Amino acid sequence: MKVTLKVWRQANAKAKGEFVTYKDVETTPDTSFLETLDILNESLVERGEEPITFDHDCREGICGMCSLYINGHPHGPATKATTCQLYMRRFKDGETITVEPWRSAGFPVIKDLMVDRSAYDKIQQAGGYVSFNCGGAPDANALPISKEKADLAMDAATCIGCGACAAACKNGSAMLFVSAKISQFALLPQGRPEAARRARAMVAKMDELGFGNCTNTRACEAECPKGISITNIARMNREFLKAKFKD
Amino acid sequence: MSGLFKSSIGKKLIMSVTGLCLVLFLLFHMSMNLVAIFSGEAYNKVCEFLGTNWYALAGTAVLAVGFLLHIVYAFILTIQNRRARGNVRYAYSVRPKMVEWASQNMLILGIIVLVGLGLHFSHFWYKMMFAELVGAEHQFGPTDGAAWLQFYFSQPVIVVLYLVWFVAIWFHLTHGFWSAIQTIGWNNLVWMSRIQKISTIFATIICLGFAAVVITFFVKSLCCCAA
Repeated sequence: MKVTLKVWRQANAKAKGEFVTYKDVETTPDTSFLETLDILNESLVERGEEPITFDHDCREGICGMCSLYINGHPHGPATKATTCQLYMRRFKDGETITVEPWRSAGFPVIKDLMVDRSAYDKIQQAGGYVSFNCGGAPDANALPISKEKADLAMDAATCIGCGACAAACKNGSAMLFVSAKISQFALLPQGRPEAARRARAMVAKMDELGFGNCTNTRACEAECPKGISITNIARMNREFLKAKFKD
Repeated sequence: MSGLFKSSIGKKLIMSVTGLCLVLFLLFHMSMNLVAIFSGEAYNKVCEFLGTNWYALAGTAVLAVGFLLHIVYAFILTIQNRRARGNVRYAYSVRPKMVEWASQNMLILGIIVLVGLGLHFSHFWYKMMFAELVGAEHQFGPTDGAAWLQFYFSQPVIVVLYLVWFVAIWFHLTHGFWSAIQTIGWNNLVWMSRIQKISTIFATIICLGFAAVVITFFVKSLCCCAA
């Protein structure tokens, strides 16, 4: 199959970017989207042109590095999948595919399709951890946790911090990410002692970094490759408000 | 509570609490209006009671403060959100199926509601509660609510404007009501879809209630003309 790729090209963070159209890129339905970009890059290198810069690492949907906005969706049109899990069979032969970087003030473009997502690391560093030594692995069932809570904590912990939530949000809000990180600890007994401090610190850092305010459009939830629910945002709000009312 | 209202969640909390107060007021207002369908005399009694009641005036003042806070914070949050979105917009953008249209257009819906409210105030509040307070005289008395309803809702243009206004309020409420509950933190996986359904049902009841009064008086005016 052949596709036309309309790709955002930007030489560096300060340069003015523009779309460049690459016609008749040869690929197959079973080739992944990132591999198609690899094929295009090889041809660009052969022609002596600058290859397209884009983020990628594990290519198995775990690391959250592949941050591309494809045909109006973060990670492309497939649901609950990252860009690296997107295959060309999702597109029609001869289709024009528009590829853009995440658009959010919190994620400035470094080059072409690569953005700086260190803001999420800074939010995580502000409180997304348990600071005391838990010791060795405890005996099974020594610390009873209900199945329901364990499941909710695990669901929240599946967030890979890819940034699709802020990229999808019309407000550039990072609240789905922050709420998932707050929830994965707040739901478990090991995370409770520092729950208030964590909620305060992570929300303060999120605000300081200039991310927007959630208006509950649910676009983040719809586009999240891990299906993180916005009920985590309700939990984050509860944790934050409880902490603030005690201050 | 130090710094609560400077935080993003604190500002959203103000929007939610003031929004829920306005929702409760709408329920009260709609219930009061329904009386007019059954008896103009009884409706005038309600107008008389509320117009001269200082508790009602104090309630109106509190509501006005809440309303102003709701509008001011809507603009503050929208400006912050636009800044957070950045200067460059997506060239190709698609609205996912589960994203409600209203949720992405709350500010413009709010502005339509505000414009409609200006019209409504000039028609009723200014000529009723305000006229009674300052002793101003108009075509009908300040407590003759039924006469004012009959006067305005016999005019087709005003009827259409009010119905469009109610549609905007419906869209604003379908998202605003459940969104307020979510922001306060009273939501979870079990209640998510329930709260959204309750929100839609509530908004529909409120707007149908208001529309019923407008349509009833319009139909009455047609019948009177025919007679």
